[in-house]
Amino acid sequence: MKAIRLTAAHQSITFSRRMMLLGGAQSAVGALLIGRMGWLSVAQNQKYQLLSESNRVQLIPVPPRRGWIIDRNGKPIAINRSSFRVDIIPQQLEKDRDVIPQVAKLLALTDDDVARIRGELAETRGFRPVQVAENVSYEQYASVTVRLPDLPGVQATRGYSRYYPDGPAVAHLLGYVGTANAKEYEAEDKNPLLIIPGFKIGKQGLEKTLEPHLRGTPGGQRIEITARGKLVQELDPKPDRSGQTVQLTIDQGLQQYAARRMGDQSGALVAMDVATGDMLAFVSMPAFDPNSFSEGIGRTEWKMLSENDHIPLLNKVAQGLYPSGSTIKPAMALAFLKQGVDPKRRVVCRGGYQIGNRYFRCDAIHGSMDMRSAVERSCNTYFWATGLITDPAQTTEMVQYLGYGQEFDLPIPTQRYGTMPSPEWLAKKYHRKWQGYDSANTSIGQGYVLINPMQLAVMPARLAGGKLVQPRLLMRGPGKRVPNLDVDPAHLAIVRDAMTAVVNEHGTAVASKLPLDGIQMAGKTGTAQVFRLGERGHESNWALRDHALFIAFAPADKPRYAIGCIIEHGGFGASAAAPIVRDSMTYLFDKQKAYAALAPLEEQWGGTLAERNARQLAAFKSASRAKA
Amino acid sequence: MITSAIIPRPLARLPWRLIFLVVGIAGFGLIVLYSAAGGSAQPWAIKQGIVFTFFLSLAIAMSWMSETTIKQISFPLYGVTLIMLIGVEVLGFVSKGAQRWLDLGPIRLQPSEFMKPAIVLTLARFYELVPAGEIRKWRAIWPAFVLLGVPAFLILVQPDLGTCIMVLLCGVTVMFLAGLPWWLFLAPAAAVAIAAPIAYGMMHGYQRKRIDTFLDPESDPLGAGYHIAQSKIAIGSGGIWGKGFLHGSQSHLDYLPEGHTDFVFATMAEEWGLAGGVLLILAFGAVIRWGMLVSANARTRFGQLAAAGLSATIFFYVSINLMMVMGLAPVVGVPLPLVSFGGSAVMTVMLCLGLLMALERQQRTVSRLA
Repeated sequence: MKAIRLTAAHQSITFSRRMMLLGGAQSAVGALLIGRMGWLSVAQNQKYQLLSESNRVQLIPVPPRRGWIIDRNGKPIAINRSSFRVDIIPQQLEKDRDVIPQVAKLLALTDDDVARIRGELAETRGFRPVQVAENVSYEQYASVTVRLPDLPGVQATRGYSRYYPDGPAVAHLLGYVGTANAKEYEAEDKNPLLIIPGFKIGKQGLEKTLEPHLRGTPGGQRIEITARGKLVQELDPKPDRSGQTVQLTIDQGLQQYAARRMGDQSGALVAMDVATGDMLAFVSMPAFDPNSFSEGIGRTEWKMLSENDHIPLLNKVAQGLYPSGSTIKPAMALAFLKQGVDPKRRVVCRGGYQIGNRYFRCDAIHGSMDMRSAVERSCNTYFWATGLITDPAQTTEMVQYLGYGQEFDLPIPTQRYGTMPSPEWLAKKYHRKWQGYDSANTSIGQGYVLINPMQLAVMPARLAGGKLVQPRLLMRGPGKRVPNLDVDPAHLAIVRDAMTAVVNEHGTAVASKLPLDGIQMAGKTGTAQVFRLGERGHESNWALRDHALFIAFAPADKPRYAIGCIIEHGGFGASAAAPIVRDSMTYLFDKQKAYAALAPLEEQWGGTLAERNARQLAAFKSASRAKA
Repeated sequence: MITSAIIPRPLARLPWRLIFLVVGIAGFGLIVLYSAAGGSAQPWAIKQGIVFTFFLSLAIAMSWMSETTIKQISFPLYGVTLIMLIGVEVLGFVSKGAQRWLDLGPIRLQPSEFMKPAIVLTLARFYELVPAGEIRKWRAIWPAFVLLGVPAFLILVQPDLGTCIMVLLCGVTVMFLAGLPWWLFLAPAAAVAIAAPIAYGMMHGYQRKRIDTFLDPESDPLGAGYHIAQSKIAIGSGGIWGKGFLHGSQSHLDYLPEGHTDFVFATMAEEWGLAGGVLLILAFGAVIRWGMLVSANARTRFGQLAAAGLSATIFFYVSINLMMVMGLAPVVGVPLPLVSFGGSAVMTVMLCLGLLMALERQQRTVSRLA
C-alpha cells in the first residue's frame, strides 16, 4: 500500500512536471509562429510585396511606332501608314455565340483565314488577341465598328503598318519588315512584344540591321487581373516611345530615278559622293515590292519572284559578284605609273598578244597605243604587254587599294566582297606561282577577279577625289576626315584625263556624253565575259550574254559624284550600262533633263516601274490560274 | 466569472472570459470570411455564423454535464466512433471510392472528427483505471497503443493524413502526461527518423508531392508548391499593419487557393498584417492556456488528463494549420478552427471546449463545496 501511495504522489509530480514541459513546448511553438510571421511580413515584406504586385498587375505591351527612315534631304523612304485591323480577344468571347462567321462575312475572309483564326483561338490563352485581318479597308473597318455591340470579343483598331513610298526601288536597300518567327522569338528571350498581332520586325536590309534604333520601347497597358485571367480594372498605362528616325546618305530622288532608268534589266547601280563616301544610290533591280512583303506576301507573288531569272530576290549590290572587265584598267594604269612606267611609252596592238604558248586576242587592231589611248579605246594588248614588265604584286595591291575585292564597314546584313587576286593570294589559295597569263587575265578584269557593285562605285570615287573614301549609308554627324590616296597627284591627273577621253573624245563611251553645258563625265566601260573567255557573247540567249559595266565620275574637272553600274547580260558596257550611268549622272545636275530622257524610254517599255510591276503580277496570276 | 445581482446565477456562472475569447476569435473569423467572399456575407460568413452559434450553444449546454457522465460516455463514444470509421471504410469499399464522411440525411458526419476528443477521453479514462504502480508496466502500454493505433490506421487509409496526425498527437499527449516512461516517446521519435524514408515510399502520390514541395516549394511554384508560395506571398505582403480590410489582392483576385478554408489565416494576414496575426495567435494561446489551467486545477486524474488532452487538440489544430500556411509544415489539410469556413473543425473544437467547460464547472462546484 505504502509503495502505491508513494507512486501516486510520484505520479502527481510527474504530471505537473510534464504539464510544465508541455506548456513550455506550446509556448515555444507559439513564439516560433509569431517569429515566423514577423520574418515573412517584416523582414521579407518587400520581396513578397513585389511578388504580390506582379501577381496582381499584368502588363499588356503596346507596340511602339517604328522609326522612320529618311533620305539625306529628309525625304521619307520608310514610314508608317495608319491601317485598320480586326482582332478577337478570346477572353471576351461569349461562350455560346460564334461571332466568326459574321466577321468573316463582313471582312470577306476566305475559308483558309477562318480555319487559321479558329486554330489560333483554340491555342491562345488569356489576353493575347488573335488576329482576324490586318490592313482592312476603311469601309470594312467601319462596318465592323458599327456592329461591335453585336460582336462580343471582336476588336477593331487603328494601327500602323510600314509603308515604302518608293516600293521596289528601295527594296534591297531597306529590306522589309515581317512578323517574328519562332526562332527570332526565342533569340530575344521570348520578348512578349514580338508576339503581339501586327508587330513587325526588320527582316532584311537596313530594316534588319537598324532594328535596335528603329524599334523603340513598348509601352504598356497595365491591368489588374484575377488568377483565372478575368479583368478587374485598368490601371494607368505606361506610354510607349517611338523608334528613332534614321537618316541615310541616300538621295531618294536619285535612288528612284536610277531604279526606273534600269527598266526591266537586271543589274545594280551605286552612286557615291567622292568627297565623303556618302552612298547616294544603292539600287538593285529588278526587285520585289517591300510593301507586299511587309504585309505578308501572297503565295502567287512569291512564286513569281522566285521563278524570275532576273533574280529579284537577290540584293545584287551587296551580294552580286561579277568580273570587273575593263573597268579595272584605270586602276591598272595608276599602278603602272606608280611603278615608273612612262605614260608616253607606246605598245603596238596588232589585234592580240602572245604570252607563252597562248595567244590573247584583243577586241580590235588598235595600232600604236600609249597609256591614254589604251584606256580611252580599252586596248587589251597595251595592258597585257605592260603587265609583263611590271611587278604583279605591286599592281594588284594598287587595284585592291582602290577598292576592288575590299569589304566595307556598312550596316548590310550580308556582304560578299569578291576577290582581287594577287601572287600571294594565288599561292595561298591554289598553291601555284603567278604566271604571265595571270597578269594578262587580271589586267583586263577577268580570271579570278570578282567584284561587287559597291566596289564599282568606290573605285571611280577614289580615283576622282584622290581620297581614300569609305562608303557610308548612315548620316551620323560629319564624316571622319578622309585621308588622301597614297599616290602621286600627277599620276591621278593622267588617269582622270584618260577616263575623260573615254566619254568625250574617241573612246568607247562617246555615245554617253552628258547632255549638259560645261559638265563633262569621265568613265570607263567594261564588258565581262560570262560564257567563255575569248569569245564575245552576242548570243540571242540572254543568260549567255556578257555583263555590261560602267564606272564614271563627274564633273570630270572637279569631281563630285562617282557611279558604278553593272547590267547583267547587257552586252557591251558602252551600250547597256553607260547610258544608264549618263542619265543618272544627269539627274544629279539637272533633274528635268534626266526625266526628259526617261519619259520616252518608259513609254517604250510600257509604263512606269510601278505600272509594269502591277501588270506583270496580274499576268502571272492569270497564267498560274490558267495552269491550275 | 461575473457576479452580479442582475444576472441570473446560472448565466453568471458561465466561464465568460473563455466565451468572450471564443466569440471574439469566431467573430474575427466571420469578418475575414466576409472579405474572402469579396465583401459579402454570402456564401460563407452567414453560414459559418449560424454553425458557430449552434455549436457554441451546444458547448454551453454541455458544460452542465458532470464529470461522471463524461467518464461514463467515454468508452461508448469511442466505440461508436470506431464503428462509424469502419463504416466509412466499408462504404468507401462498396462504392469503390475514397470517402471520409457518412451521409445521414441532412448532415454529413465525419467520424474522424469525433475521434479527436473521443481518443482523449478514452485514454484519460483508461489511465485513470490503471493503478499508479502499474503505469510503467507493459499492461498499461499496449492497450493504449491498440486504442490509438486502430482509429489512426483507419483514418490514414481514408486517406486523411492531417486528421491521422492530429489523432496520434492528441493520444500521445495524453499518454505522455499519464507518466509513461520516457523511452516510449524517444524511441519512436528515433524510429520515425529512420522509418520516414520508408513511409515516404509507401505514401500516396499527392501526399508525397506535398512533402516534396514542402521541403522545396520553389521547385514547383505553379504546381503543387503553388499553395505554399501564394500563402507566403499573402502573409509576407501584408506587412505589419496589412493592406486593409477588403484590400487583399491575393485573396480577392483568387491567387490564394483555399483562402476561406485551410488558408484563411493568409487571407487574414494579408489584410490585417502582423498585428492581426499576432492578436489571433495570442487569443488562441489564451484559450489553450485556459484549458491547460483547467487541467492543472483538476482534482481527478481523469479530469487532469482529459482537460490537458482536449486543450492539446485545440493546440494541435491551430499550430499545424499555422505552420502549414507559413511554410513550416507540409500542406496536410488541417483547417484553422473557428476561423476557417466549414463545420467540422468548429464542431470538434466546440466539443472540446464544451467538455472543458464541464470539467471546469465541476472544479468550481467541488471547490465551493469544499
